[in-house]
Amino acid sequence: MYSQGLTDAKGQEEPADLLAEFQAKIDREEKIEPRDWMPAAYRKTLIRQMSQHAHSEIVGQLPEGNWITRAPTLNRKMILLAKVQDEAGHGLYIYSATETLGVSRDQLTDELLTGKAKYSSIFNYPTPSWADMGAIGWLVDGAAIMNQVPLCRASYGPYARSMVRICKEESFHQRQGYEIMTVLARGSQAQKDMAQRALNRTWWPSLMMFGPSDKDSKHSEQSMKWKIKRFSNDDLRQKFIDATVPQAEHLGLTIPDPDLKWNEETGHYDHGEIDFNELFQVIKGNGPCNKERLQARINAHESGAWVREAAAVFQQLQSEKNKSEAA
Amino acid sequence: MSELKLYEVFIRAKSGLNHRHVGSLHASDAQMALLNARDVYTRRKEGVSIWVVEAEHVTASNPEQEHEWFDPAEDKVYRHPTFYPLDKEVENM
Ligand SMILES: [Fe+2]
Ligand SMILES: [Fe+2]
Ligand SMILES: [Fe+2]
Repeated sequence: MYSQGLTDAKGQEEPADLLAEFQAKIDREEKIEPRDWMPAAYRKTLIRQMSQHAHSEIVGQLPEGNWITRAPTLNRKMILLAKVQDEAGHGLYIYSATETLGVSRDQLTDELLTGKAKYSSIFNYPTPSWADMGAIGWLVDGAAIMNQVPLCRASYGPYARSMVRICKEESFHQRQGYEIMTVLARGSQAQKDMAQRALNRTWWPSLMMFGPSDKDSKHSEQSMKWKIKRFSNDDLRQKFIDATVPQAEHLGLTIPDPDLKWNEETGHYDHGEIDFNELFQVIKGNGPCNKERLQARINAHESGAWVREAAAVFQQLQSEKNKSEAA
Repeated sequence: MSELKLYEVFIRAKSGLNHRHVGSLHASDAQMALLNARDVYTRRKEGVSIWVVEAEHVTASNPEQEHEWFDPAEDKVYRHPTFYPLDKEVENM
């Protein structure tokens, strides 16, 4: 119902009074709704950010899906299934919010499958052990929560509302992950080592989830002005580190950063340098699992083609049936 | 590829409350829309009843006419009880 043509602002001047009123509305903390006037650049930024977010939820099912058949107990299997199912739901909530901006779902899917759209770099890392399920829930979902909580107040109504729904579900994700780590950290030496290795693998990539450092972040300033973003990448990253280090200590696990130490003066942890070159490489497509992840999505899409075809035919038959019944 | 129809989803959280818009999804008919809505929007007992409506059947007011449409209610303060001061003696009415 919200569909609106994507008029490109290129060459088309946007009236100053509309622009001023739009910004004033945002400054008053009023939400922008789908059919309200908005600058083309705002729409474009939202489509890019929201579709990347939706793609991340969908691709994010893959590293954990890897362990569903091999979860150590039936209980763990049920929990992991429920979590992965939640991520599919998150994808749907955000895709449908993105569609209110006037793009079609087909177009979004197409952009993912052709590699034109990005998704979170973190999902391009492998999950070789069960402990990775713990590390992902604890750290990756933990980092996602840090990012998503401020998005509940994003200026675009449908995005903000989908985030409220998502945040309600995320905290179970983080806790089940931490619980997996707790059990392993209190288990045999082999289990402890497995937990530590998973933490070693996941720590730096999860810090990278917050994006490049503030001095290199190209979209930040405008997004702050539009209140799509509320905190800078580095601020959120610091919050995450401050929250997480004591949780690791509690389990007797060691954060793999020799430079990490509490700074009495600032009231924060100082940390070692993050290798952003790695982040840029993974985003470019050169992470350990980029090809595998994209191929998995392509395969799923292709082998699901018959389902979509059947549904389309069914839709056709149903509407003909309804017509003849009404006649 | 032809996309399936878009449905808007409304959920009643518990009896006594209104159905509330929660989001949308694609489906080939209303029955499929209901089933999918159940699966994605009520995984944690968020509802006891679901409505799905084909998005194209929703007629919406025009946001550009927001002021013409809704501002006239602003100056009709006499529609509110607080417009009528009461003598102290009859304080509760
Ligand atoms: Fe999620
Ligand atoms: Fe998320
Ligand atoms: Fe999650």
